[in-house]
Amino acid sequence: MEKSLNWREFVITRLIKASGYSAILFVALIFFFLVREGLPTFVETELTSLFSLRWYPIEDYFGILPLITGSLIVTVGAALVAVPFGIGTAIYISEIAPRWVREILKPLVELLGGLPSVVLGFLGILILSPYLRVLLDLPTGLTALTGSLLLGGIAVPTVVSVAEDALDAVPRAYREGAWALGATRWQTIWRVTLPAARSGVLTAVMLGVGRAIGETMTVMMVTGNAPVLALKLGSLFSPVRTMTATIAAEMGEVANGSTHYHVLFFIGIVLFLISLGVNIAASSVVFRAKKRAERILS
Amino acid sequence: MNRFVLLVITILALVFSTSCGPASTAEAASDSSAAYIENKGSDTIVNLALAWAEKYQNDHPEVRISVTGGGSGTGIASIINGTVDIANASRQIKQEEVDQARSNGVEPVEHIIARDAIAVIVNPENPVNELTLKQISDIYSGKFKNWKEVGGEDRPIVRLSRETNSGTHVYFLETVLRLGISDDKTLFSTDTLLLPSSEGIIAEVRQNPNAIGYDGLGYVPRDLKMIAIAEEEGGAYVLPSIPTVNDKSYPIARDLYMYTNGEPTGITKEYLDWILSPEAQQIVADLGFVPASLTPNPSP
Repeated sequence: MEKSLNWREFVITRLIKASGYSAILFVALIFFFLVREGLPTFVETELTSLFSLRWYPIEDYFGILPLITGSLIVTVGAALVAVPFGIGTAIYISEIAPRWVREILKPLVELLGGLPSVVLGFLGILILSPYLRVLLDLPTGLTALTGSLLLGGIAVPTVVSVAEDALDAVPRAYREGAWALGATRWQTIWRVTLPAARSGVLTAVMLGVGRAIGETMTVMMVTGNAPVLALKLGSLFSPVRTMTATIAAEMGEVANGSTHYHVLFFIGIVLFLISLGVNIAASSVVFRAKKRAERILS
Repeated sequence: MNRFVLLVITILALVFSTSCGPASTAEAASDSSAAYIENKGSDTIVNLALAWAEKYQNDHPEVRISVTGGGSGTGIASIINGTVDIANASRQIKQEEVDQARSNGVEPVEHIIARDAIAVIVNPENPVNELTLKQISDIYSGKFKNWKEVGGEDRPIVRLSRETNSGTHVYFLETVLRLGISDDKTLFSTDTLLLPSSEGIIAEVRQNPNAIGYDGLGYVPRDLKMIAIAEEEGGAYVLPSIPTVNDKSYPIARDLYMYTNGEPTGITKEYLDWILSPEAQQIVADLGFVPASLTPNPSP
């Protein structure tokens, strides 16, 4: 049987296999290089200084806590914007909107997803941040909130298109069953369709969060980049410095092999571990949900 | 075995050809029409360098000059790594950078090409017109948090600075924040906004009456207010301009540099010589900088 396959098929299957495995290889290589460049940090700086509160690398202050909290607060803010808007839009497009509205909305949302982030950053500097400063009576408009709003905007298209696909994949029979039992449209969406599409919707949220935490250009332009520890809710209204913006702003000037260089790679490791954590959390939730669904169905 | 030998030869050939790369391109440059100068570094100098490159290429169509910004640190890192012919810097090269360059086989040579003043800028709505160096230092170190402490309105102070890779940032730290005292360890207040570009600072100062920022004199647009600065209390408050920089009455002024690897040769030398000519220095004055030829001895 195998010998009857011609060589073309052989090559193609091998190529596909190789590209599949290459994903693992690339992640492993990226992690390997991050670790190789980042680990000397522990030799060159002390842990206490690494987890101190001041980031001023040109004078050898390498406290990364302000950067971590900065990234987290901007990302959480972005998720608070992107999740309700994204899932709401997805529900509207897939469940409520008449056909012609859907035909217009879907490509528009995808177009929004293609907007370069530097353009959004520019709009943020020129329009959003002055507006927020006056509206909320803040000292400056370049704050974590500005970054969150724009990042939320960047993440919304990702959330919408993945969540919409997931909702679309829910069998029509589920909805018809709910309607037949006398459920209202809202009850059907909230109690039947959304739970049935749960794993896809969760993936959408995680992809959106991943998009937000990794985004660089926009946050660098609008969050003010002040390395202040952001622990209180009020920090949302003051400038913060994120990990991505730090790497982007400083990697170009740093001398190869210096302590500063190693610390920047260490920040890369932290960023990598955070997104790994988010992904693992998401897939374990999805996995558990699947098991439960299997148990109910069997 | 045969394959192994072949592999070794290939690798050797590759190493050899790359190590020969710069030399062979330089040779090609001297005898063919495509002479190429790579010029990178300080964002303060980038407009000036572009204007020079444009003019020079007009007069010498056989020379191509590529100019990019990125910050003084970026430019100096590039000359250390040997990827550019000329690095632009708005600060002097540091000793550790010289050491790094030497360990890479690069000998950085300094050329002073113009002078620049740093203007401290505020929103036109801000009633504060003049400050002493000490007051600016206290504003940026976080001691003063409200404009009324320096005679302004009751508004919070929002401090704006360039990113740490900017030569302007380092210069401002040493000259203003630390008042030129070398063992002073004063730092920028942590809530100082570090903006990645001059444009970012100008955009924020333009719309925010709380903000204070600094930028090269050549970059300050007319609709922003420059602060007159006195070296110490009781001294004369001086606005930055070409005459006040030249007579050294304005306290925050510095030299601008270009660095080459070793004494320049060939077209790079011709280009640098032209930069110090009166014709090129006129462009310096046109762009709001101060011509270098008017300052015979550079400050150490």
